[in-house]
Amino acid sequence: MRRLLVLVGIAMATALPLKAQEAVTDFVLGNGMQVVVVEDHRAPVVTHMVWYKAGSADEDPGVSGVAHFLEHLLFKGTDKLEPGEFSRVVSENGGRDNAFTSYDYTAYYQRVAADRLELMMQMESDRMVNLRLSEGDILTERDVIIEERNQRTENSAGALFREQRNAAQYLNHRYGVPIIGWRHEMETLDLQDALAYYEEFYAPNNAILIVAGDVDPENVKALAETYYGVIPPNPDLKERARPQEPPQTSARRMQFFDARVAQEYVTRSYLAPERDAGDQKEAAALTILAQVLGSGPNSVLAQKLQFGTQQAVYVSAFYSGVSLDDTTFNLVIVPSQGVTLEEAEAALDGAVAEFMQEGVDAEHLERIKMQLRAQQIYARDSSDSVGNRYGRALTSGLTIADIQAWPDLLQAVTEEDILAAADRVFEIDNSVTGWLMRPVTEAAEEGVSQ
Amino acid sequence: MIRYLLAAIVLMAALPARAEIEIKEIASPQGTKAWLVEEHSIPFVALNVWFRGGASLDLPGKRGATNLMVGLLEEGTGDMDAQDFAREAEELAAEFEYEAYDDVVAISARFLTENRDQAVDLLRKSVVEPRFDKISVDRVREQVLSIIRSDAKDPDKIASQTFDALAFAGHPYATSLNGNEESVAALTRDDIVKAHQNALALDNVYVSAVGDITAEELGDLIDRLLAGLPENSAPLPGDATYQLAGGETLVDFATPQSVAIFGHEGIKRDDPDFFAAYILNHILGGSGFESRLMNEVREKRGLTYGISSFLIAKDFGQLYLGSVASANDRINQATDVIRAEWTRMAEEGPTAEELERAKTYLTGAYPLRFDGNGPIANILVGMQMDDLPIDYVVTRNDKVNAVTLEDIRRVAKRILRPEDLHFVIVGQPEG
Repeated sequence: MRRLLVLVGIAMATALPLKAQEAVTDFVLGNGMQVVVVEDHRAPVVTHMVWYKAGSADEDPGVSGVAHFLEHLLFKGTDKLEPGEFSRVVSENGGRDNAFTSYDYTAYYQRVAADRLELMMQMESDRMVNLRLSEGDILTERDVIIEERNQRTENSAGALFREQRNAAQYLNHRYGVPIIGWRHEMETLDLQDALAYYEEFYAPNNAILIVAGDVDPENVKALAETYYGVIPPNPDLKERARPQEPPQTSARRMQFFDARVAQEYVTRSYLAPERDAGDQKEAAALTILAQVLGSGPNSVLAQKLQFGTQQAVYVSAFYSGVSLDDTTFNLVIVPSQGVTLEEAEAALDGAVAEFMQEGVDAEHLERIKMQLRAQQIYARDSSDSVGNRYGRALTSGLTIADIQAWPDLLQAVTEEDILAAADRVFEIDNSVTGWLMRPVTEAAEEGVSQ
Repeated sequence: MIRYLLAAIVLMAALPARAEIEIKEIASPQGTKAWLVEEHSIPFVALNVWFRGGASLDLPGKRGATNLMVGLLEEGTGDMDAQDFAREAEELAAEFEYEAYDDVVAISARFLTENRDQAVDLLRKSVVEPRFDKISVDRVREQVLSIIRSDAKDPDKIASQTFDALAFAGHPYATSLNGNEESVAALTRDDIVKAHQNALALDNVYVSAVGDITAEELGDLIDRLLAGLPENSAPLPGDATYQLAGGETLVDFATPQSVAIFGHEGIKRDDPDFFAAYILNHILGGSGFESRLMNEVREKRGLTYGISSFLIAKDFGQLYLGSVASANDRINQATDVIRAEWTRMAEEGPTAEELERAKTYLTGAYPLRFDGNGPIANILVGMQMDDLPIDYVVTRNDKVNAVTLEDIRRVAKRILRPEDLHFVIVGQPEG
């Protein structure tokens, strides 16, 4: 019976040979800077991005937030550019620009008319090595990032809860420290901290140039050699070897109370392997597992807990394999009115245990694969998102070959792969369980926790 | 049988980027108009089917009915329940979105060329023949109630909902389109069915499509998709009267950073001064790092991470608003700076250099919006709802460039009214 379904699946897959056809070219400059060009000639627009293989997890202890702080300071000027001039020039050319910092990367981008690419390269290559900062810039901008922390984190119970959960998940790895930084360390960040990070990590041999849009790869290559190719590499650049997690041998649990919580919920995260260069099969199985379990109304958890027992208003499973070091596999359940967090957690565990017994519905698996194939077509509508995908992967230890092999690896995942990966990842000793709660008195007054 | 209403071929030639798109206005055999851009290089279509009215069509005492109805469209139709429907959409890899806004119910879809007909048939079942069975109504109602309770503890939501309540008392705009706990709890299946009849009809629909489809195919698709909808939607509400005077409203909320929404009445989309107002706002508090408010409040003083101002031109009321967030001990400083900048701009207007820079940015950035089937389809449906001509994309930059320093200074005096500025602050400001 199952064999037959699998055969049907294969027939469907063959009938729909949806291929990505991403027009991607890549090469490496003489100084070690990698370049990726994504062609999209539908509109005369280009996105120019530089990704550094350095994020908050590359910071030294004691200066959390400095990677992100430096990202702000890169808009403050160089020998050739006044503070704020970078963004003003982009804006005067009808473009927009910004930057973002994550655990494993820091990236800068501008979206402009395609004929302004050279100007962007000229300015971005300049600030790769010629940043000029004053003490005054530092102090005002430090106030700005503290307000950013207020806005993103301090003002949100959910964000504070997430920060504590990450800290509980990672005992030794810097993924346990927030990207924006711990407040008390942010308050003492100074010029030296920012410059030390800049000098260590901002160099062409630690950067990836991504150009996506209405461009010709040969032309991009010539411009890249002119502007980036002349910057000497940093000979002292070290291998990225951050402190790794020790084996986790005890389940960790936490309760987070905040009066601003409107909707209580339970999260569970398990330490999980990430996509590794040349070794992405486990990550592919986990990616599909997350879809099977917790994405959409036909996912296993939604079927059992939202539509079945109706103990949940919302359930989800998610996993992101793009990470330089160990990542997490996550489950969330938001209980229905009248269902306690304890009951919700038990229901979640029960549903996962049932799934391990029942296995994967072959038609469901085939639908997921069909959607993944279609995503490759839809993704071509945005060359930016293709560029972003390459940027994230290349700064997380993957190669171009790994990125291009990924769609086929997902298609090749079998039920056996999924269940075996689930069996390995759902190890309670490897987990953090969090309850986001209202303070007890308030909850009791409203009679929510029976 | 396709009738070309306008063989309008619009070549957008705006410097520095020269975007060329060909917008066709078509009418389906049954007479529904649509705007189309054919783009055959990727085998899919982005389709927008928007209905004017939206949550403003909620009947008295039934706040939240339109929103709940829209949330139920994909929860079962004909002999399919919610899971059956999702399963079929997954099989086709078609993506449907259903969203209620103040003035519109927006249905957006993208589907592959290879199974377009099946995708459209499925979409039709959800739009025209939803089931609204009790079990789905109750489940989605719980989701909406959960959102309402969350909003009640979210400082940003508290601020904007407070401002709306004070500005537009008595009009649907005064309250959240989600409804409140009481109104949503009381909604019946009949209310949902009524909301469906009121909001989705042939006389208030606007259609755009971009992608791998011809005019003739689109015409047929539209008729198949909309067959069975009522001819007429419910009458639209009257204008919302702006009722808020200058001042400050404080909402005590225990959180470290105060959130403020500030502003006063705005300007209509079809006002002859709209372009001048739009440029003026870009200079005062528009997006990006270049605005006066961003410069004065963030760059010079570090009082916030983000500040912006925006013109909101709804169908029945207009606001000129801004938002800012600063730590409780600094928010008063931030609001002082904002008041001063609002006043300075009203009195002096922008400089010639600021006006030139804004024009260069706005005209240069405009073609960059046309960067994908989805974004272009959104622009096309928005233009139709704003009653803009099909060649607007070509003339738009000329309208921006035509605004003179004299115009913009006059408009600054007209629409910026520092004495009417009202701040709603949520938090625990100190000092």
